[in-house]
Amino acid sequence: MNGKRELWPRAAQTDRWTLLVAGVALLLALPVCTVFFTALQPASEVWRHLVDTVLADYVLNSMVLMLGVGLGTLIIGVPTAWLTGVCEFPGRRWFEWALLLPMAIPAYIIAYTYTGLLDFAGPVQSVLRETFGWSRQDYAFPEIRSLPGAVLMLALVLYPYVYLLARAAFLEQSAAVLEVSRSLGAGPWRRFLTVTLPLARPALIAGMSLVQMEALADYGAVQYFGISTFTTGIFRVWFGMNDATAAAQLAALLLLFVFTLLVLERLSRQQARFHHTGQRTQRPPRLQLPSRLKWLAASACMMPLLFGFLIPAGQLAAWTWRTAPQVIDGRFLELARHSLLLAGGSALLILLLALLLGYGQRLRPRPSVRLAVRGAGLGYAVPGTVLAIGVMLPFAAIDRTVDGWAREWLGLSTGLLLSGTLFALLFAYSARFLPAALHSVEAGLTRIRPSMDDAARVLGAKPREVLWRVHIPILRSSLLTALLLVFVDVLKELPATLILRPFNFNTLAVRTYELASDERLADSASFALAIVLAGIGPVILLSRAISHARPGHDALS
Amino acid sequence: MTPFLELRDLDVTYPPRKVIRELSLQMRCTGIGCLLGPSGCGKTTLLRAIAGFEPLRRGSIRLEGIELSRPHWTLPPEQRQIGMMFQDLALFPHLTVADNIAFSLHQWKAAERRARVNELLRLVGLEEYARRHPHQISGGQQQRVALARALAPRPRLLLLDEPFSSLDVTLREDLAREVRTILLREGTGGLLVSHDQFEAFAFADEIGVLDEGRLRQWDSAYNLYHQPADRFVASFIGQGILLPGRIGENGRANTELGDIEGTPPGGCVAGDDVEILVRPDDVIHDDASPLKAEVAERAFRGAEFLYTLKLPSGARLLCLAPSHHNHPPGRRIGIRLDIDHVVMFRRNWSVRCVESPPVPAS
Repeated sequence: MNGKRELWPRAAQTDRWTLLVAGVALLLALPVCTVFFTALQPASEVWRHLVDTVLADYVLNSMVLMLGVGLGTLIIGVPTAWLTGVCEFPGRRWFEWALLLPMAIPAYIIAYTYTGLLDFAGPVQSVLRETFGWSRQDYAFPEIRSLPGAVLMLALVLYPYVYLLARAAFLEQSAAVLEVSRSLGAGPWRRFLTVTLPLARPALIAGMSLVQMEALADYGAVQYFGISTFTTGIFRVWFGMNDATAAAQLAALLLLFVFTLLVLERLSRQQARFHHTGQRTQRPPRLQLPSRLKWLAASACMMPLLFGFLIPAGQLAAWTWRTAPQVIDGRFLELARHSLLLAGGSALLILLLALLLGYGQRLRPRPSVRLAVRGAGLGYAVPGTVLAIGVMLPFAAIDRTVDGWAREWLGLSTGLLLSGTLFALLFAYSARFLPAALHSVEAGLTRIRPSMDDAARVLGAKPREVLWRVHIPILRSSLLTALLLVFVDVLKELPATLILRPFNFNTLAVRTYELASDERLADSASFALAIVLAGIGPVILLSRAISHARPGHDALS
Repeated sequence: MTPFLELRDLDVTYPPRKVIRELSLQMRCTGIGCLLGPSGCGKTTLLRAIAGFEPLRRGSIRLEGIELSRPHWTLPPEQRQIGMMFQDLALFPHLTVADNIAFSLHQWKAAERRARVNELLRLVGLEEYARRHPHQISGGQQQRVALARALAPRPRLLLLDEPFSSLDVTLREDLAREVRTILLREGTGGLLVSHDQFEAFAFADEIGVLDEGRLRQWDSAYNLYHQPADRFVASFIGQGILLPGRIGENGRANTELGDIEGTPPGGCVAGDDVEILVRPDDVIHDDASPLKAEVAERAFRGAEFLYTLKLPSGARLLCLAPSHHNHPPGRRIGIRLDIDHVVMFRRNWSVRCVESPPVPAS
């Protein structure tokens, strides 16, 4: 080694990582930026028309959906969390994780299933008619394909978010606080209302905000129920009225709602973190319920499980049993292969990007890098529909420009290079699901002490090698978790896939949607069931995290 | 002759704070040194700068004459051939003991790698533990693995960032001595960072005392104790008090305990106030002595008592006496001074002027 030799000055080395991280982060922020910039353009005829006619409906329906689902998840999630977290009753251990199962069912699938169950020809009404000898005019049956129906459907599959955070918050509450209130003469009910619930409030608000973001982002269920919300409106304006600008303006408005929720969620999470100031004391012993209440508690926990998972999954299985021989053929297998390859490929890509950002941030913990990574982490709040617009607009513009040049200079048409390709789809998935993977990677990396990096460096490893030889092997299990979570998310994703997929490229989710739209619910069941089965994977992981979590550890994060 | 390790005029900053200021030192031929100082004095930062983790604001670092760092240019840690042992050891949890040791050797030929790993396992006495994982062995064994791993690529210099601090005091000195022996056998230079002077004495030939980012003195343990360069070193190393006195016409210092012969600080003239460093072992308990002092406190140390004595003026004095001289507090006992190395500071001056100014030993 020659000391006189000029190696790269340190400044230049620094910039390589910084630039890489900032570049990836900026690229991922492109869709949201595009939506906002497009929305700033002057209002078009279509937009004015929207404002005059349906915009109020969109806003109103979306608000009702958001508030209704928020309330519904609280009603389901908080009592079940309190019962399984604090009380003792038959089946408590089993309910602890089983209550997460509804997470495995995407909202659009539960909507299809209940429609099939409850419509005129469905089993429920048929049984009623046969039992009582009614005919069509003799009775009124509530219509599931309605706004209240959508609220119910979404609440049934989204309550686990509230359940998880509320449960963690209840478990975290120290025995001391409860004992103090007990010594001050408060009975169980007053303790719950005046101590337990207020202490858990930040966690509840955080969970509810997450749920509400999901409710605003839903496309499949509300579209199927024929409800005009932001997401269905965006579709209609874009593909029905062919006005991308107005669609972007609608999307920007939706984003404002979402970001409000996001801020709410962040603030509550921070509050939740600082809420418990005292030392962690011992967990209070579980509340032994009197025998009658015991069974009441068990049935209360059974309800969401029954309606959120067992019935819809059972119906899907029944349909599958009936239709599988016709549906499951070579095309089904090819579709499944497409889906698996797409989900697997995206998950790998996203994990790689998450590692890049997470490790880049560790190497260069400077404000600019942190900010870039934070920015890339906002994507999870952005509804798939909005993201699709944000990807489609710039890609189409690039395609047009390149095509124009090629025609002018080379005399040939390049056609669609980016839009309508798998690349566009991968890009949208990355922007949407990277945050989930990044969260796992960051959480894992912070557990590795910095001296580990230093030790590897003095032992001759370059920063890149440190990542491969030290961090990745140590993080193996959290990386696999992230991989699985993203894999299932991609498998379930509907609106962005619907918009951005290449021509004739089908996935399980898209095929389910198409068959359901054609009122072939029974035929769609095999595809839907495949998605649900895949979705059980992350539920198992989460439930394991729950049973291993000590009090004070957030099972969700 | 080029020095082994040479730091020249170092400034290291964590903006806006200057952690290391104008620090220079030279280590002679592959010796074993120690940076000693209270916590927050910048010693770990200095070690990290030598390892290549912290850029320099000013100055340069050279190892065997080859420049490693200067402002705006830092040779990456992996290219410096400097090893490091960390305070938390930082063993790789996913690798076995043998694989931890072999981490830096992955480009060696398999046979050579195996031979080197076995050699090191033998050196630290862990042959039977090669296939264990770090969490399956004891704390002391983990220290040895960390040492073996750091030595594996035959670094020219090994930096040790308080690696023994998690051990109890007796084990700490034993291990420090053991590591010293191993380094000498391997022909590797060592630089330890510590806040524990006994660990430093056990480990190092040369010790630098750091305070607030400055090197106060770089010297042997003996000289640090007996010829401290300034008040900080005098108070940080060993025990002792500063006895007030005044330079008399005869050039000696008049104190409460009589005249003390010594070279007065440079520039001192008769009538100037000075302070003389008096170590506990400089004060001899002698019943026959006319000089008396009252016992204020006593601490039993086994073989000896450490007495805190009160002089008539109120000044305090420490005295080590064999433990069969048992005197209760309040008793007046006879003492006399027997100071081998008289160290005088000018009163209210922080820098000693008695010897030549502190220079890096070369």
